[in-house]
Amino acid sequence: MARKITYQQAINEALDQEMGRDKTVIVMGEDNAGGAGSPGEDDAWGGVLGVTKGLYHKHPGRVLDTPISESGFIGAAVGAACNGMRPVAELMFVDFMGVCFDQIFNQAAKFKYMFGGKAETPVVIRTMYGAGFRAAAQHSQCLYNIFTHIPGLKVVVPSNPYDAKGLLIQSIRDNDPVIFMEHKVLYTMEGEVPEELYTVPFGEAAVVREGGDVTIVAIGRMVGFAQEAAASLQKQGIHCEIIDPRTTSPLDEDTILESVENTGRLVVVDESNPRCSMASDIAGIVAQKAFGALKAPIEQVTAPHVPVPFSDALEDLYIPNAAAIEAAVKRVKEYR
Amino acid sequence: MSAIHMLTMPKWGLSMKKGKVNEWLKGVGDGIEPGEEIVEVESEKIAGAVEASVAGVLRRQLAGDEDVLPVGGLLGVVADADVADSEIDAAVAAFLADFVPPSDDEEESGPAPEKIEVVGRRIRYLKHGDGGQPLVLIHGFGGDLNNWLFNHEALAGDRAVYALDLPGHGESAKDVGDGSLSMLADTVLAFMDAVGIDSAHLAGHSMGGAVCLDIARRAPARVDSLILIGSAGLGDEINGSYLEGFVAAGDRRSLKPLLGELFADTSLVTRQLVDDMLKYKRLEGVGTALATLAGQLFPGGRQAQVMAGVPAALGKPVLVIWGEGDRIIPVAHAPSAGGQLRVEVLAGQGHMVQMEAANEVNRLIGHFLG
Repeated sequence: MARKITYQQAINEALDQEMGRDKTVIVMGEDNAGGAGSPGEDDAWGGVLGVTKGLYHKHPGRVLDTPISESGFIGAAVGAACNGMRPVAELMFVDFMGVCFDQIFNQAAKFKYMFGGKAETPVVIRTMYGAGFRAAAQHSQCLYNIFTHIPGLKVVVPSNPYDAKGLLIQSIRDNDPVIFMEHKVLYTMEGEVPEELYTVPFGEAAVVREGGDVTIVAIGRMVGFAQEAAASLQKQGIHCEIIDPRTTSPLDEDTILESVENTGRLVVVDESNPRCSMASDIAGIVAQKAFGALKAPIEQVTAPHVPVPFSDALEDLYIPNAAAIEAAVKRVKEYR
Repeated sequence: MSAIHMLTMPKWGLSMKKGKVNEWLKGVGDGIEPGEEIVEVESEKIAGAVEASVAGVLRRQLAGDEDVLPVGGLLGVVADADVADSEIDAAVAAFLADFVPPSDDEEESGPAPEKIEVVGRRIRYLKHGDGGQPLVLIHGFGGDLNNWLFNHEALAGDRAVYALDLPGHGESAKDVGDGSLSMLADTVLAFMDAVGIDSAHLAGHSMGGAVCLDIARRAPARVDSLILIGSAGLGDEINGSYLEGFVAAGDRRSLKPLLGELFADTSLVTRQLVDDMLKYKRLEGVGTALATLAGQLFPGGRQAQVMAGVPAALGKPVLVIWGEGDRIIPVAHAPSAGGQLRVEVLAGQGHMVQMEAANEVNRLIGHFLG
């Protein structure tokens, strides 16, 4: 069997192998070198959770520490991308994206459109998202939906180590700006990952589990909870099909619609707040394009419409879980 | 032979930890002959039948349809008709009391694949068993050593059995050089040198059969006997649209129907099988490797090298096995039996006959090797 590594190691390996393959790939961000190379420091931290650890010495001069100025270094990465580099910028927490929205939304996402297709912007912005880390309201949000809304950006949300490596390699090779969302709770997740280079294409959902009763579309960390719920439901005679879109933009509508045409029932699981979310987006697409197949109202399992709480007990209640998914599946299954 | 025989969940391949009962093919009270299929079970990779190793009567079904059991878990009991129910109940109780399901830890007993350098290429192989005259298993186009999942261990009872990934396949290096048959054959010969095999029984499936034939033609001293399964190299026809589609297929939708052509029973093509094949196809270099091999070996949807005279000319035992419903290479390519050449055509089976009819194929090879 293939070797097992963690989600975090898979991301590090993708960066390392692509930097080895293509000299225009550079890594930049706050603490990405993390003091490596300075006197007394042989190999330092490598990003706030150590994802870029070890790259500084393997790829001299191509791992750049940046000032604590997201608007500055994201702008620099976008500019470098327009000038022949393939920068991978790490924007520590997605929650900080607000300070550099202009560079992302108005610049990177628009260049190709505004310059008659003559400008390519092959930048990857890696960022951590998600609750469950006891990091409170400003370090725990799940904001892939905001980027998905913007045409010109591609948005990648891997749920496991295999996809993390293959999708990151694809992101680096893609000629458009890519927002690469890493769930910090998944960093320790282990899975089989080939040692060789490979890519996972954008816009191709994974069918994680096959079943004929209820379709569950789950994103990122929610895929694992959906699998837990489906295993429990299986024992009760309810067979769930689980679809992991893997990229929210482009979105593989066909795989979702085909599944719902077969099951007639849909539960969408999304860690984001509910309004203008991937859950509401996918529910809308299915309601419009597979209305005739639906046997029950679509259920959306999401966080509530509140900021992520600081209290441990409240944060645990905030995050959608397997029990909530199981209950939603039963509601759609039993609907008459 | 014990009068009470426990029927347990088999272990098909390294990763299998549990299996699901699909369907009982025999009912309680039915008489059973050795080799008869009793119950169909399914791992996450593929479905297959558990067969009887002894004669008797199916006395108990301890797992129901859809039940999931750990490897080694008790499926049922076969015993002679005159064994008392109380004895069977006692044996079941004793089995269940002693049974420890395998742990979920990755590190398991049993051999793991290894990698060695063979003429500048990384080659992955897996060895089961020891001693005896070795057997080398060679997979087909787009396959890997897991194509022998149901055969490898079963054939390794009294000999060392090696399965390798050919260049461009599995976890071996993806560089296939000029993509010629002789490159593949030379790699297998160099592999045999590397692991210290002077001569071996060679078993090849599909393109792997053509590799065996090329070795038999050019280095007959290295071959003790040949086992050719749905083999290439015995005629010029081959399913060109399958090959073309397989090389081009980049997603689940296009790949799944193609993989269905490999089996007589297309329900064997599980989601996991398709996903595993896609993961292989997406490795860097695989697309080029497959296109290069297909261009050399099967240009224009025909087989470039026909070695139909080799089996008879070899002067050594040859076993040819074919699924009658093979949709990739026609069963008409099977040579005529005679002399040291035995031919077995299995009704109702497709190209992946060693997977679909694993028990039957294992038995045929077992008898052939003696």
